[in-house]
Amino acid sequence: MLDRRKFLKLTGSSIAGLSLSSAFNILPKGLFANTPKQKITSYIRKWGMTVDLDACAKRPGCRDCIDACNIIHNIPDLGSPKEEVKWIWKSPYPTVFPEHIHIINREEIKNLPVMVLCNHCDNPPCVKVCPTKATWKREDGIIMMDYHRCIGCRYCMAACPYGARSFNWFDPRLFLKTVYQDFPTRTKGVVEKCNFCEERLVRGLLPACVEVCKENALIFGDLAVIDSDVTKMLKQRHSIVRKPHLGTEPKVFYIL
Amino acid sequence: MCEISSAEGRIKRGVEGSRGVEARMYDKIKIIAGIIIFLIIMLTPFWYNSLTGKAAYVPQLKIGTDARQCVENTSYMKSNHMDLLNKWKESVVREGMRVHKTRDGKLYVISLTGTCLNCHSSKAQFCDRCHDYAGAKPQCWDCHIVPNNAVSSRQEE
Ligand code: HEC
Ligand code: HEC
Ligand code: HEC
Repeated sequence: MLDRRKFLKLTGSSIAGLSLSSAFNILPKGLFANTPKQKITSYIRKWGMTVDLDACAKRPGCRDCIDACNIIHNIPDLGSPKEEVKWIWKSPYPTVFPEHIHIINREEIKNLPVMVLCNHCDNPPCVKVCPTKATWKREDGIIMMDYHRCIGCRYCMAACPYGARSFNWFDPRLFLKTVYQDFPTRTKGVVEKCNFCEERLVRGLLPACVEVCKENALIFGDLAVIDSDVTKMLKQRHSIVRKPHLGTEPKVFYIL
Repeated sequence: MCEISSAEGRIKRGVEGSRGVEARMYDKIKIIAGIIIFLIIMLTPFWYNSLTGKAAYVPQLKIGTDARQCVENTSYMKSNHMDLLNKWKESVVREGMRVHKTRDGKLYVISLTGTCLNCHSSKAQFCDRCHDYAGAKPQCWDCHIVPNNAVSSRQEE
């Protein structure tokens, strides 16, 4: 058991720790870009995102986030919904939130498609089934893919309850309008998905979809920090996640 | 040959050891001619190469840069660049670490396309030329991009 003195000491130091870590968060975004190691701070980051459905609804038909993502990740446009490759895309409300359809009656939102992407689950079913460890959860919560190791068995696609993973049925290079040099393409026969723009985060940039959204409908930040943009948003507004009953613990939250 | 070995009987060994060994080879001409023809056929490629200079052929590599030093020393790169690339890949994909520090302290952004091919500006006249010669066929370019007129935002790096 802790005695009173020890307890006070401990709480004191953890409060000091917290304020220190939040000090990091208010520093300019470029801060952690210059340091090679990502683990420069004493705490572990936990990246998360909020999707504000009202803000998104202000521009029906807008697909800035999708286009930005597709370009910088060399995502092919196959034009066929069955075989397409998608990292962030639109899906009908009843498909995205089957269990919320009766609880929340917001016609103006319910009839519009919802932006969906990999949820970067805290408890990811895809990771458990991968036989080659080509997909895994990073310390900061990003579910990574190692395309060098993917054998294309598609177990992860079967395991993901959100359909967030796509298989390359064709050589993606045949379906690219422009080739973006700073990110490799994939090949026929590997699975791919959103990486929370991990390659941009290391350079101190926000994910591309977040950066281009004119309505600030997408907010990205560190869930481990008490006053980051995402945490603030989650505190102020009502949020839901997709299929909470599955226990996957998504880190993409929908604000209603 | 078999005539010789089956000719045991005809080889008379002096049991008393006073008369030495008396041996005979039949078809001497044919056997020696056969050996000579065999040797000529065997050695032709070697003579051919030394006369035409083909064996001395090494691919002429176009380094493609004004820089004088690779990311590590040349002999290491020559024999171990695939290990280095493997380490680079692990470093970026597994550890999220995108900077390579050379032994003499220089820093390079880890990127096959953006760094290696930035100096070795002609993949065809450098990587490929040597790989064709050595019979190595890396699959990297199925995904990694060979810059020509591809779009880039990272020119400043
Ligand atoms: C700063 C420019 C620069 C970068 C970046 C660079 N190289 Fe080099 N590389 C050179 C130069 C210059 C040489 C020739 C050095 C010499 O002649 O001693 C060389 C030599 C080599 C050689 C040996 C060639 C031979 O003569 O047999 C190999 C292999 C090689 N580089 C591979 C790579 C790979 C792979 C990468 C990426 C990991 C890379 N280089 C990145 C400049 C560079
Ligand atoms: C001086 C000759 C030479 C040059 C120049 C050269 N390589 Fe190689 N490379 C080799 C040889 C030889 C092998 C095969 C080694 C083996 O099979 O064990 C190889 C193998 C590789 C491999 C591993 C292949 C595999 O199947 O795993 C990669 C990757 C590679 N090279 C990349 C490059 C790149 C990129 C460049 C240009 C920047 C380059 N090499 C330039 C000689 C060269
Ligand atoms: C199936 C597609 C694919 C193949 C094949 C592939 N890579 Fe990659 N590679 C990627 C992707 C995707 C990344 C992640 C890029 C990022 O996060 O910036 C990557 C990253 C890397 C990186 C670090 C970042 C960079 O852009 O250089 C290295 C080094 C690398 N790969 C080396 C190799 C080598 C060497 C080979 C061949 C033996 C190879 N890769 C084959 C898809 C591939």
